[in-house]
Amino acid sequence: MNIFRWPAAVAVMALLLTAPAVLAVQQQPPPANEGFVQANDLPATEQLPAAPLVVAAYSIFLVLIFGYVWSIARRLNTVEREMRTLEQRQSPGGVRR
Amino acid sequence: MRKLLTPLVVLTAAMFAYAPIAILNGPAESTMLLISKIFYFHFSTWMALTAGLIVCGVCSAIFLFKGNATADRFAFAAAELVTVFGAFGLASGSIWGRKAWGVWWQWDARLPMALTLELIFLGYLIVRKYGGPGSDKLAAAMGIFGAATGPFIYKSVDWWRTIHPQTSVMTTLSIKAPEMWRLVWFCTGAFLLLFVVLLLVRVHLEERRAELDRLYLEAEA
Repeated sequence: MNIFRWPAAVAVMALLLTAPAVLAVQQQPPPANEGFVQANDLPATEQLPAAPLVVAAYSIFLVLIFGYVWSIARRLNTVEREMRTLEQRQSPGGVRR
Repeated sequence: MRKLLTPLVVLTAAMFAYAPIAILNGPAESTMLLISKIFYFHFSTWMALTAGLIVCGVCSAIFLFKGNATADRFAFAAAELVTVFGAFGLASGSIWGRKAWGVWWQWDARLPMALTLELIFLGYLIVRKYGGPGSDKLAAAMGIFGAATGPFIYKSVDWWRTIHPQTSVMTTLSIKAPEMWRLVWFCTGAFLLLFVVLLLVRVHLEERRAELDRLYLEAEA
């Protein structure tokens, strides 16, 4: 009789001890790496505003082009000034170094 | 050249004055919405850059094999414009990507190839400025090979899997979004005119520099 009572008691104890753990596992949410969940309506604070980016892009273009035109004008003025100086030196009454 | 330049400048200025109004009132792409309006200038700047690549490549080859000085001036001017339009193309693409992709930069096939092109032409300008005697020939070789990268960059989005839209976006645009298609080609026309104007002015600067060199040689003789 005692031979059968001990295993039964151990089995009941094991069941009682593991039951809460088994229940807890069953109630857990699915693992996070199973896949992304789509969020259609992001709060306004989470959204990156597009307007400043568009304005920035067009502003960069204007700065770049006006900067380049100014750079060409400056280089052209330098060359023209140097040419005038050289022509004055070469003219008969000009200053010679 | 000056007679041609004045109407070109007026026409280009008028087109660039109208372009922002047209873009503001023009359509946006259905998923990207407002940020997609960068597309109008972004695509156009790469078209102007492509024109620069063609001019630089062809003129560099003419200079290298025929020794034509005018071709060298056109190649030099076009190379400088490639770097200007390339800088804007990279900047506008990066800004667009920040909103559309969530990142400023993506190491896929298209973007680093475009950056490499920009670096090749910056190298061209550095060689011209600091290379000393014979740098014009060396730069011409760089110009030819720089221009040769153009088709690879264009097709990179079809050959490799990238985050950047494929070339088919433009081929189907006239059917799927005719209004966008018309506006993007209007902007491209404005950019190509701007390219021609800047090219002519920049070539004029090189001609004046050549004239100055000639005067110095005469003075020394």
